[in-house]
Amino acid sequence: MSMMNIFNVSGSAASAQSQRLNVVASNLANADTVAGPNGQAYKARQVTFQTQLMGANGNDPTAAGVRVSNISEDQSVGRRVHDPKHPSADADGYVTYSNVNAVEEMVNMISASRSYQNNVEVMNTAKSLLLKTLQLGQ
Amino acid sequence: MLNRLTDALDFQARALNLRSERQRLIASNIANADTPGYVARDLNFAQALRDATGAGQPAARLAASQPGHIGAAAAAGGASVSTLQYAMPSQTNLDRNTVDMDRERASFVDNTVKYEATLRFIGANVKTTLSAITGQ
Repeated sequence: MSMMNIFNVSGSAASAQSQRLNVVASNLANADTVAGPNGQAYKARQVTFQTQLMGANGNDPTAAGVRVSNISEDQSVGRRVHDPKHPSADADGYVTYSNVNAVEEMVNMISASRSYQNNVEVMNTAKSLLLKTLQLGQ
Repeated sequence: MLNRLTDALDFQARALNLRSERQRLIASNIANADTPGYVARDLNFAQALRDATGAGQPAARLAASQPGHIGAAAAAGGASVSTLQYAMPSQTNLDRNTVDMDRERASFVDNTVKYEATLRFIGANVKTTLSAITGQ
């Protein structure tokens, strides 16, 4: 039953998108954090997707799911603000914030949410088609 | 005798199988809409159905002679890799992904409707045969 694999394909994509949404959530939550005790501010994270073939032997090119291959950290320098009275200020009076770009993260969030919805719709359609197939001849 | 009763169903069953393969293929394209470097694929349905029903010359097939080769036939009676084609990208992406979401969604709905049509053909065929058997 080749249609059953749609749930694996779209399910893996939905899971990968929700992981992306999770990373966006932690980036946005840490948008205003300052450098911790180790002197390192939070670095924005980004997921990378990779195609994963599914099917009985895991080599069926017509059933291509998705997985998160790695989560990379943005190594650019964080925002530096001159605020000598801040408890986390360095010797020159600068406070280092995280390098999260809130606008980029919001765009990323909307894109992830739309892709998630697409996959849910695909699963709903596949489910109703399978149910109709089960009722065949009744 | 019995296979004459089911011969008409056989063609529709193969078409239904190919429709479900294509549905899965389009679902894979939609799933990989954000994967860098993914190349969208689609099925040449007419050619695949001709191959599956044995009408016309089957297209040249790939031979899987090494253990690392990807199997030429996806499943028994299913679409072979040779009938899979690559989509032409209408707008190129920076990450070399060629999934066009508008086209994929249109193909998905088109395939859904045609799958349901094939289901109804089979259902009507069964009903016709049943009414011929009962003779009422």
